[in-house]
Amino acid sequence: MSAVEPLISVRNLRIEFNTERGVVRAIDDVSFDILPGETLGVVGESGCGKSVTSLAILGLIPSPPGRIVSGSIRLQGRELVGLPEAEYRKVRGREISMIFQEPMTALNPVFTVGSQMVDVLVRHKQLTRRQARQVAIDMLAKVGIPSPEKRIDEYPHQLSGGMRQRVMIAMALSCGPKLLLADEPTTALDVTTQAQVMEEIVQLQEEFGTAVVLVTHDLGVVAETCQRAVVMYCGKVIEEAEIETLFHHPKHPYTRGLMDSIPRIRDEKKAELPTIPGTVPDLLHLPKGCRFVDRCFQAQERCCQGEPALERQADGSQVACFFPLEAGA
Amino acid sequence: MSEILLEVRELKKHFPIKGGFFRRTVGWLKAVDGVSFQLRAGRTLGLVGESGCGKSTLGRAILRLHEPTAGQVILDGVDITALDHQALVAQRRNMQIIFQDPYASLSPRRTILQTLLEPLETHGIGDDASRRALIQELLDIVGLRPHVLHRYPHEFSGGQRQRIGIARALTLNPKFIVADEAVSALDVSVQSQVLNLIARLQREKHISFLFISHDLAVVQHISDDVGVMYLGQLVEMTSAEKLYREPKHPYTQALLSAIPVPDPRKRAKRIILEGDVPSPLNPPQGCHFHPRCPQAKDICRQAMPEQVNLGDAEDPHLIRCHLYT
Repeated sequence: MSAVEPLISVRNLRIEFNTERGVVRAIDDVSFDILPGETLGVVGESGCGKSVTSLAILGLIPSPPGRIVSGSIRLQGRELVGLPEAEYRKVRGREISMIFQEPMTALNPVFTVGSQMVDVLVRHKQLTRRQARQVAIDMLAKVGIPSPEKRIDEYPHQLSGGMRQRVMIAMALSCGPKLLLADEPTTALDVTTQAQVMEEIVQLQEEFGTAVVLVTHDLGVVAETCQRAVVMYCGKVIEEAEIETLFHHPKHPYTRGLMDSIPRIRDEKKAELPTIPGTVPDLLHLPKGCRFVDRCFQAQERCCQGEPALERQADGSQVACFFPLEAGA
Repeated sequence: MSEILLEVRELKKHFPIKGGFFRRTVGWLKAVDGVSFQLRAGRTLGLVGESGCGKSTLGRAILRLHEPTAGQVILDGVDITALDHQALVAQRRNMQIIFQDPYASLSPRRTILQTLLEPLETHGIGDDASRRALIQELLDIVGLRPHVLHRYPHEFSGGQRQRIGIARALTLNPKFIVADEAVSALDVSVQSQVLNLIARLQREKHISFLFISHDLAVVQHISDDVGVMYLGQLVEMTSAEKLYREPKHPYTQALLSAIPVPDPRKRAKRIILEGDVPSPLNPPQGCHFHPRCPQAKDICRQAMPEQVNLGDAEDPHLIRCHLYT
């Protein structure tokens, strides 16, 4: 990457969970940077570790059963791993905030939207409740909630799904964080609402210069909003690239398989959809060598023996594969 | 053109809203409100729309899993809506359903063998040996190995469970299957496998599908025809090719433009709709879509548009919009 100082830099992160069946390594030697003001996509299928990664950045890995075994997460040079909870609370909400897939579970049903927003502002910005209320109303207006001065006194159940997600965005951005972690923010929403909500996120991001990490399985949303993306498979980053490169010249066979297997709206009519054979392996029983080896169309002897490391390519992207795909291949 | 397998005429499903001290009916939720269409044998009709538009209720009302309030469903010449209970059970051989969450729709206490045997036993088809032979064949078709028969649903992944759900729907060799969000819970790499399986079954076994989904790209991929629902009504229906190439109804246009395109070089020009889908409890007067419609005229606020056919009987293009009447 260029000389821009990363906002967040994750290095060699390992996270394990104790389960009844044994110790699962959910995140295995993950490293990546988040640059100030950028939108970074984190994509992958269920169980690949994309949500655990964002929880780790927020210091919200439930422990036990989980623990960060090794590695570091730095926020502008300051180490977050091992930060005492009292210190972490000052980071969360003010410097890093998060929105989740299901806003109903993230909002407290017994308090009004306004009182929840005001609490956050009073805590982090040292405003009076009256000032905070005004800031909250302004934020609600910014995320496109009609008549915010009335809506602010409503309870979460009185709002629709799209409205609730907008309230979450307003709340998350109210303290002007440097980083917004958005974990499947539009997955529970209908397409027309999704389009509205993504539009709000992009606009606010430009206005406040917030960096956004968009965790999602929806490659369409990633293509439209991110500048760069990280692809995860079974707890490892297997590819990282600029968005154009990733979609038009994926180098890891898994990324290529994912891109090919999404149905696209297009004029020519249905050949069989290309598929990736098999299923995502159980993290407790990973294959020997490369963890994608059983499903890979070009697997060779070498892939069963050692695990490929993430390596920088000529065009600046990174791939963990012994035989990265050539352009146009 | 193949013959018409399924005809739905003015189908309605209204749910009573109970309220007040005596739990009296205080209103009606018109989940499906006057839907008419035809489906030809061996074709797949995709049904799209946002949550709460009534697409799942329509699928269930056709199978009489929800008792329709009014209207007719004619499957292969038999008026399903007129059958008594016994005759309906017998007819269920011809019409099956695949659900979204295969975990919730498979009994956790039964092995896969028991689950697959049940429909054959209920309908008294074959003897023990022929049933087992049929089940082996079905497992082979959906791509599961024979040793899975003695396992329980929790031992399978989501994709495998969905294959079991499909095998169960196939046991009685139905003519018509409703697939209700059948691939929505699956990861993309597994979703494409299951979609290919459904497409193959349709080709080889000549089954007609009603494929209900909120994912417009998946629907385009799998369907011959596509219907779009909004607040209990079919607002547009025609061949998949025509619908995606030149959508006519303003709602269809907005819906299609909202789909994120998985290609960073093509950023879609978007028609952003104002507001949310109104409550079906209290739908707007006139055309239900007019408060959000960028092209609404005076008449749209006053009168509900009739469904008209812009195409012909062979190649219909049904639409419910004042712009075309």
